[in-house]
Amino acid sequence: MRKITIDPITRLEGHGKITIFLQEDGSLGNCYFQVPELRGFERFCVGRPVEELIRITPRICGVCPEAHHMASAKACDAVYQVDPPRAAKKLRELLYTAFFVGDHTLHFYALGGPDFVMGPDAAPAERNILGVIRKMGLDAGRKVIELRKRAQRTVALIGGKAIHPVTALPGGMAKPLTVAERDEIVNHTDYFVEFAKFTLGVLDAVVLKNPAYMDLIRSDTYTHRFYSMGTVDAQNRVNFYDGMVRVVDPEGQEYVKFAPQDYLEVLSERTEPWTYLKFPFLKKVGWKGFVDGKNSGIYRATPLSRLNAADGMATPLAQAEYERMYATLGGKPVHHTLAMHWARVIEIVYAAERAAELARDEEILSTHIRTSPTAAPREGVGCVEAPRGTLYHHYITDERGIVKAVNLIVGTTNNHASICMSIRKAAEGLIARGSEISDAVLNRIEMAFRAYDPCLACATHAAAGQAALEVRILDSEGHLIAARRRA
Amino acid sequence: MTKPKLALYWAASCGGCEVAVLDVEEKILDIAAHFDLVFWPCAMDFKYKDVEERPDGDIDLCLFNGAIRTTENAAMARLLRRKSKVLVAFGSCAADGCIPGLANLTTNEEIFRCVYESSPSTMEGGAWPQRRVSVPEGELEIPEFLPEVRTLRQTVPVDYVIPGCPPQAHQIVAVMTLVMEGKPLPATGAVLGAGEKTCCDECTRQRSEKRIKHFYRPWEVEAKPEECLLDQGIVCLGPATRSGCGALCVKANMPCRGCYGPPPNVADQGARMVSALASVIDSQDPAEIQWILDMIPDPTGTFYRFSVPSSMLHSRRMEGEEQHAEDHH
Amino acid sequence: MEGFEPRLVGFLCNWCAYSGADLAGVSRLKSAPNLRIVRSMCSGRVDAELILRAFQFGADGVLVAGCHPGDCHYQEGNYKTLRRVLLLKRVLRDFGVDERRLRLEWISAGEAEKFARISQEFTEEVRSLGPLPRTSFGAGLQAAKEELAV
Repeated sequence: MRKITIDPITRLEGHGKITIFLQEDGSLGNCYFQVPELRGFERFCVGRPVEELIRITPRICGVCPEAHHMASAKACDAVYQVDPPRAAKKLRELLYTAFFVGDHTLHFYALGGPDFVMGPDAAPAERNILGVIRKMGLDAGRKVIELRKRAQRTVALIGGKAIHPVTALPGGMAKPLTVAERDEIVNHTDYFVEFAKFTLGVLDAVVLKNPAYMDLIRSDTYTHRFYSMGTVDAQNRVNFYDGMVRVVDPEGQEYVKFAPQDYLEVLSERTEPWTYLKFPFLKKVGWKGFVDGKNSGIYRATPLSRLNAADGMATPLAQAEYERMYATLGGKPVHHTLAMHWARVIEIVYAAERAAELARDEEILSTHIRTSPTAAPREGVGCVEAPRGTLYHHYITDERGIVKAVNLIVGTTNNHASICMSIRKAAEGLIARGSEISDAVLNRIEMAFRAYDPCLACATHAAAGQAALEVRILDSEGHLIAARRRA
Repeated sequence: MTKPKLALYWAASCGGCEVAVLDVEEKILDIAAHFDLVFWPCAMDFKYKDVEERPDGDIDLCLFNGAIRTTENAAMARLLRRKSKVLVAFGSCAADGCIPGLANLTTNEEIFRCVYESSPSTMEGGAWPQRRVSVPEGELEIPEFLPEVRTLRQTVPVDYVIPGCPPQAHQIVAVMTLVMEGKPLPATGAVLGAGEKTCCDECTRQRSEKRIKHFYRPWEVEAKPEECLLDQGIVCLGPATRSGCGALCVKANMPCRGCYGPPPNVADQGARMVSALASVIDSQDPAEIQWILDMIPDPTGTFYRFSVPSSMLHSRRMEGEEQHAEDHH
Repeated sequence: MEGFEPRLVGFLCNWCAYSGADLAGVSRLKSAPNLRIVRSMCSGRVDAELILRAFQFGADGVLVAGCHPGDCHYQEGNYKTLRRVLLLKRVLRDFGVDERRLRLEWISAGEAEKFARISQEFTEEVRSLGPLPRTSFGAGLQAAKEELAV
């Protein structure tokens, strides 16, 4: 069959390509999403002192290093069976929510946003942040730059560095905030909240009030019905830093709620030979192939999934917007992939409000921010919501706290199967028999993954490589009957 | 008048260097005004074929970050070298190998086995990814791992190096300003955007004569904020790391881990740290010395955290296996 | 390994080990020709980079020899050497290099026989280990340079 390759895919973090096979008559044969990169963290972290992983794992991703920093810190807390003081957890969460504001903002304006602001069919040279600034005006551009500056600055004040923070330790944080630093952060969080409102306005003006875009969002081409995963607090509201992991089925009913350390009872991962990235799925529902629905173990962990899995948001402006989104899109749960952009903006609002709360909490100035580990280290799981999905760090160490094994399920990895399906369905919907495959069509196919805000460096932390010839015999349900491998 | 052309590319990278470029804040608008941005997969929709179609040497400046891990990374390094007048190894991965370089302390075989067999969440009997796979519709390809991780300089000739994981924004601004103002650049091969001393030079802590009888892991003690960390027995790579970052980690009460790479005139960062520590350990008795050294849990992974590929040994040797081609030096 | 002649580098300190080697020569004692000698003023001058450089440039084994503890011409130099070599052996191990390829000895100016014996022993030990395994780093860059020169 004739082959068209989008290589590389662009306006995301990481490497990927999309291979489209066309039938003789020009209609779609099949469409594959391949991830060609990987590095090997799960292996080369072995032999390192476990506390060093808090500074090594952020290099899985320089766009969301804070997520790995926190998940790793929590895993180390668990390894040493130590509970950080409450003030340390607040410091961590303040860093984390500030980061979320900046990261989601980057995606909305620079990565996913240009498709809406410039239009999906705009020329490639226009479809980027520079085009957005030209169109929205320099003032708006400066607001975005200012927001990022303040978010990065907040992270750096607490974490030492904005990109690849360093201050989390097993049992707490390395340095407290001074009064001057706290005051500066309060000022920044006020800006976050104002900016979040501004972004809601942009979303409204550019997307929600545009009937063509709303049709696109509601279209079947960009819709699938999957399970949704997200972390929730004790009141089942979205929380990025800590809580129980909750999964709801495609109808919105709670399927399971589990503590992160039990993730192995809920999740399993499978491999395919044409991509380095693995495919997590819900173990007890089972892998039924690339299909959606209640009987398929494929789930999504995205901003939209988090909102689906929760009962609400913990801050007022975010809650109001949460209600508005579900009212507009026909109730919970929402399965329109492009609605992830909306959910992302709602999360910007929540993160901003939550950061403002934490910055004003008097305890944030506490100097009691370390609990000394005393127990012998063993094993631990740390979990946070990365912007792109639930992030699990699982470490096993020897009695000296030297790492023996690492297992990671990283944000975007959760969504690998659903991303493949979203891309395929978009290709199916957009490639008509006999029609030309224009750049605009290819871009609209790419839009199917951009909504997820993929982070493929994250996803492919782990490594593989030259492999043997493998023959697998699967039964009709996709279960492995026999496998033979030639080295 | 046509604007000079700028390209940014990432090989085996985390994306942090891309974000670092955005962290120049308002300066990004000046950069975008001065240059014609012709390739930047993170932020722009130009594809590989757009680069391939350009004449050789068409791109005036290419900032290349990321280590060379796969055949695709190496091919892109060669392509961008051909298409660019000035090629810069941007960031620690391209300069020294950085964190992905730690894979050189293990083997590709061990990595695959870890991910595809012993990972506790991975189904048994799964297929390992393959270079070429036949599917019903045709053939799919993914790149292969090179035998080891390499730096950009070990792959193609490079004009300049900007170190750091990531390079700090103020340093990026300094270099880009130099370029945009048309100021003459130093001789080829120079390190830009960094200092000419060690990280200790930028550290404001009080130093005393070092006599260390005990090493502590960062969670074992609460570091005193004014005293040198090494004086307190906390391993800090300041003495073996190039200046330029502003000693940010140390100011945040955490030890330096060496992300700006080796200091000037030092070829092997880890060896420098070995020598530095050996000088300050306070013991003359072999048994006691060994006991003190055993308090450093992972010397190689700590002293070479960012620079395994650029080190003199480059990567793990397999005693008893067949000879490869000679080391390059 | 058959037919394999180890290439060894020996860093000998001027005041003790080198003089001992010199005495061995003058005394017509048989020392292994495999050991290429480099004289430094003190074993403490032999920093870790120098040792690794020798391996990188083709040595299969490196000997560092200095004055006996307490006898260093510069007081403490040889203690630094001791600490350095102990730490470096750990690094070599992590890089998969057999740590027996790096050897530290105290040889005084009068110990000609000791020098000769050690040069022979070390040669045989490294002979049994085989050549230091090399990596394939060089090939890629050379090929790229050739391709780009076209």
